[in-house]
Amino acid sequence: MTPTNKILDQENIRRAMMRIAHEIVEKNKGIDSLCLVGIRTRGAVLAERLSACIKAIEGKTVPVGILDITLYRDDLSMVAQQPVVHETLIDFDISDKKIILVDDVLFTGRTIRAALDALIDLGRPATIQLAVLIDRGHRELPIRADYVGKNIPTSLDENVKVVLSESDSKDDEVVVIKREQK
Amino acid sequence: MGLIIKNAVIVNADKMHTKPQNILLEKGEITKIAADIPVGNHKVIDAAGKLVFPGLIDLHVHLRQPGREDKETVETGSRSAAKGGFTSIMCMPNTTPVIDNAMIVEGIIKEAKRVGLVNVYPVGAITRGQNGKELTDMAELKAAGCKALSDDGKCVESSQIMRLALEYAKMIELLLIQHCQDHCLTGSGVMNEGYNSMVLGIKGDPGIAETVIVARDIELAHYLKTKVHLAHMSLKRSVELIRFAKSQGIQVTAEACPHHFTLTDDAVKSFDTSTKVNPPLRTAEDVAAIREGLKDGTIDCIVTDHAPHTKEDKETGFDNAPFGMIGLETSVGLTMTELVHKKVLTLQQMADRMSAAPARVAGLERKGKIVEGYDADVTIIDPDKEWEVKVEDFWSKSKNSPFIGTKLKGRVEVTICGGKITYQA
Amino acid sequence: MTEWKKRDLLDLQHLEKEEIELILETAKSFRQVSARDVKKVPALRGKTVALLFYEPSTRTRVSFELAAKRLSADVINIASNSSSSSKGESILDTALNLEAMNVDLIVVRHPSSGVPDVLSRHLKAAVINAGDGCREHPTQALLDIFTVKEKLGKIAGLNVTIVGDILHSRVARSNIWGFKKLGANVTVCGPATLMPRCVKDLGVEVSYDLESSMKKSDCLIVLRLQKERQQDSFLPSLREYAKLFGVSQSKLDKASQDLLIMHPGPTNRGVEIGADVADGCQSVILEQVTNGVAIRMAVLYLLLGTKGVN
Repeated sequence: MTPTNKILDQENIRRAMMRIAHEIVEKNKGIDSLCLVGIRTRGAVLAERLSACIKAIEGKTVPVGILDITLYRDDLSMVAQQPVVHETLIDFDISDKKIILVDDVLFTGRTIRAALDALIDLGRPATIQLAVLIDRGHRELPIRADYVGKNIPTSLDENVKVVLSESDSKDDEVVVIKREQK
Repeated sequence: MGLIIKNAVIVNADKMHTKPQNILLEKGEITKIAADIPVGNHKVIDAAGKLVFPGLIDLHVHLRQPGREDKETVETGSRSAAKGGFTSIMCMPNTTPVIDNAMIVEGIIKEAKRVGLVNVYPVGAITRGQNGKELTDMAELKAAGCKALSDDGKCVESSQIMRLALEYAKMIELLLIQHCQDHCLTGSGVMNEGYNSMVLGIKGDPGIAETVIVARDIELAHYLKTKVHLAHMSLKRSVELIRFAKSQGIQVTAEACPHHFTLTDDAVKSFDTSTKVNPPLRTAEDVAAIREGLKDGTIDCIVTDHAPHTKEDKETGFDNAPFGMIGLETSVGLTMTELVHKKVLTLQQMADRMSAAPARVAGLERKGKIVEGYDADVTIIDPDKEWEVKVEDFWSKSKNSPFIGTKLKGRVEVTICGGKITYQA
Repeated sequence: MTEWKKRDLLDLQHLEKEEIELILETAKSFRQVSARDVKKVPALRGKTVALLFYEPSTRTRVSFELAAKRLSADVINIASNSSSSSKGESILDTALNLEAMNVDLIVVRHPSSGVPDVLSRHLKAAVINAGDGCREHPTQALLDIFTVKEKLGKIAGLNVTIVGDILHSRVARSNIWGFKKLGANVTVCGPATLMPRCVKDLGVEVSYDLESSMKKSDCLIVLRLQKERQQDSFLPSLREYAKLFGVSQSKLDKASQDLLIMHPGPTNRGVEIGADVADGCQSVILEQVTNGVAIRMAVLYLLLGTKGVN
């Protein structure tokens, strides 16, 4: 049995999302030109939830897109098997928009780097801000999040696992799992 | 000083001597066969545990000389033949220039005598330059040493020219060998037309290209009351036509190659150009029929159609590669493994199809049998020796064999031609 | 979803249904890339793709070239007239030389069947068959299947008719394998002289009556007719061919209005297809071309991502 440590439960996650939604609305002084773009797979789920929270606050819907960053990964030549590519589903023009990029866990920053490149190939947004549920540290690139659900100090031999009901068919939770020593 | 083969279990087509004999070979002749011959000052070969066949005869070989000495020469081809157990071979005339005059025939015979490993009988062309139109000087070719004529590599397509050639050849008692192929039907086909050619997208050569000429030439032989020999039969339908013709008393004889009784067109799936051969590898049904034809004697002879090609020529797309595979050094192994050990042929039938019958068909005197007074041509075979065909073991100048890597049972141990040992394993 | 494990794409005959579906699924994402302003992703940055074409071809070559470039790979083009082939260098030599210069993938088209297989046996680089002899043209069939699936939502159970010179068509062979594997019913239609003798052994129906086949079909793939076939006596005349097997507006009017008309191009208008049909609302010929780039991007991406072997 690997030791696990539950960091957030369903209720914690709901509250964190609502708080981030408030922060986004406040910082952007409303929701004009605002768009949410979630990174596949769990970032997309969280983007949908944020959109719902913002609607609850402002009474209006913010468009949500899904970004697949596979083709922009910097480790493609190193992995043994080509990762499965999925479609990017952004049916609005991102140019001159304020984009909130959403992901579940911020770690090395490499995924966000890929996402920034992917976004910029789609158009020229006015701003890109970053919202994440968990920031676990260990950045390898100069990237930071604008909105954070929870900061969790971790060691490199730990994994952070985010479970969301929409994508994982289980109740929401965030756990830290100690990786088995080799 | 002669040569004595001791403990010889002699396999003749008409009789198998189960009791080991001694055979004395002197001055190119079998002088004595007896239970015990005093050694004296003769050289001795012990054939204990092996089989002693009359020297094997291959009626269908391409030596490539003159013209393509990069593929094979009389010398390298003779070495290859000796290693394969052959003491007499007939070489086909599709050289450059074509063997269509006495001078070239004499040149090849002279070169073969200089090499001195195997009796070489050049096959002269039926038509000048194999052009299919004008007959060669057949009597002169016969006088120069030809035992048969053929346009092999090409069919004599004109029915009228073939009729005239057969009539003329009958007059001078010379055998004609037909390469049975209607080239119009073959077109640019390079493998058997069927399921595999369709799936592989390779142009098909339909079986009827062979059978229409088989049927036509049987009719010509019947009408002219003469002999005709049909080269490298590959199809069930051809076997049936020949069986019918023989039942009618028509003087048709036929030959088949080891690759046509062992391989099907499945082998082409590898796109290995050494499987590209003319006539092409056919279906399992055809392979079974060729075996049956060899068993009941419908097909008289086993020949190799040894067709050497350089690596450069074969190392190209399947469409562009030349037809043919080498066969002299694998013939005995394949015949033993696929026909004798699988009880298709008896040892005596093998002696017939590879020696007695070819001698009879081509009219080679004092050959094809181990009896006193016959030529001292002998092939000693170890029927149970297992070996693998390896590219580096070929003595032929070319290595284009689809059998490389194949394990065979039955190997030539010693070849003796004219009383002289020409090969010893 | 299944993982891609093969090093090469040589044919559809030996692909599993799941592998075909993976390519189709992957191609969806790539179609988006071509539709953007910035038609490029960095996925194959640093990879080198060689296009080795021993037969004239514009659209397949350009399609592969665009596909590779849109994935950020470097592309070199070697056409038979400009290569060393005229100097007697064998194709294997050429390919080995390319590999010695660290080319990662070779796309090859050759008039002789099996050349891609032979290359793949001798090379460490990945090989894509862009058409070999009369054997296969796998990416063409994949883009055809992709187009049908986009238009009709499925493949299984569909009735697909391929009309034309089946005997000499690699497009027909690849499509037969591909559509059959995905569960479609395939009919081949064309003159008896241009029909392989054993074609039924492929599990297809044979028809000599285009009109009735069209009535039963969801999709019609029209093959290009090489005009040399008439000179080689496979056909009495192009006029008679057009009458019997050409897809004219009047034949189309009698078929379902939902019948998809496809053609691998380039079209011989007035021979195998009428101009009004090729340009009409049931024709998806240009969409095939668009999808071709996406399919080739998907194949390049999948092959260059694997270190497996066939």
